[in-house]
Amino acid sequence: MATLKEIRKRVSSVQNIQQITKAMKMVSAARLRRAQEAALAARPYAEKLEAVLQNLAAQGDELAHPFLTERAENNTTLIVMTSDRGLCGGFNSSLIREAEAFMRQRAEQKVSLILVGRRAYDYFKRRDVAIAEEHINLYGRLSADLAHDIGRRAGEQFLSGQTDSFYVLYARFRSALVQVPTLDKILPLASTQPTEDQSAVDYLYEPAPHTLLASLLERYIDMLIYRAMLESVASEHGARMTAMDNATSNAVEMIDRLTLDMNRARQAGITRELLEIVATGESLK
Amino acid sequence: MADILHLRLVTPERLLLDEEVDEVTAPGMVGEFGVFPDHATFLSSLQPGRLSYKQNGHTQSLAVSDGFAEVMDNLMTVLCTEAAYANEIDAAQAQEAVREAEAALSTLSPTDAGFEDAQNTLRLAQVRLDVASNG
Repeated sequence: MATLKEIRKRVSSVQNIQQITKAMKMVSAARLRRAQEAALAARPYAEKLEAVLQNLAAQGDELAHPFLTERAENNTTLIVMTSDRGLCGGFNSSLIREAEAFMRQRAEQKVSLILVGRRAYDYFKRRDVAIAEEHINLYGRLSADLAHDIGRRAGEQFLSGQTDSFYVLYARFRSALVQVPTLDKILPLASTQPTEDQSAVDYLYEPAPHTLLASLLERYIDMLIYRAMLESVASEHGARMTAMDNATSNAVEMIDRLTLDMNRARQAGITRELLEIVATGESLK
Repeated sequence: MADILHLRLVTPERLLLDEEVDEVTAPGMVGEFGVFPDHATFLSSLQPGRLSYKQNGHTQSLAVSDGFAEVMDNLMTVLCTEAAYANEIDAAQAQEAVREAEAALSTLSPTDAGFEDAQNTLRLAQVRLDVASNG
């Protein structure tokens, strides 16, 4: 059995860990709230953009755009969104596993990766995969500007034929406990079918509809990427909050167990000392 | 006949404005346009510029980035990636942004991929400076 002093040392180190995990949990909870607010704030913009696009699509079939046209997928780009920091449970590993599965399914295609977050980058940089871009050490500061940046390059590569399709893999935020790795197709866009109750609105356009459609679609792509980023950030904080909550309760359990051990050791020590005293007394008689 | 126009301004970051106004002037891609109540259904793209609206006789201005404006049933929705009121813009910072954007633009030729973006960035920076200093 470990000595009393050793056990005491362990208890205090576990207590330190518990303090840290507790603090991390609270920080994550605050960040999660902020991330959720950001995701909520983005919603009106996304909804309106979708509505306008649908209205425009309802105008007629003459509005064709390369972004809406499917073609054979030989070169595929996958955007993988992970976190920069660890200590968030299975958050990153489940995303990386999904990314690996995606590439296995498309073994005959050329898949290149755009990696957001250091965890995915650290994993894939040592492997035999094509990394087109990496965006690391952002620590959750994923901005609309970055989304626009990625979106613009995606559009250009798609139009020039460098890539035939774009996908984004991110963790969709369900709750602090549940984050679902989700694969969304960004390009080509599934053509927006006008819903039935929506009568075509007769717009006056400025400039011409097809020019408008092109810029609207670009915005829409940016928005899809941005939304995935917001989801990913919220999921990361949710996952970390849960992981740290588990760690804290594990630490509590461990402290309880160690305290019990410690008391046992202390008692054993007292008993031994008593026995020694009694034995010495006996031998002196 | 309604004589009130509802103006809603949304960016990916926030719902900036959701109010009833008397008139709106917006920087359209092919020129500035004004919107009064009972305007025809209208869809336009915007370039970075000054968006102003009149409310109870007072005129308010915002610097907006490129985006879209839709007018339908006396509701005008403006979608843009960035928008800010004069009091939200730091003039010194805006000045700095103009300089940076000019520098970035000067390194690009009109055929480069980022040229249009850089042009928009510069225009937005200029508008922000203008709105910040002239209200």
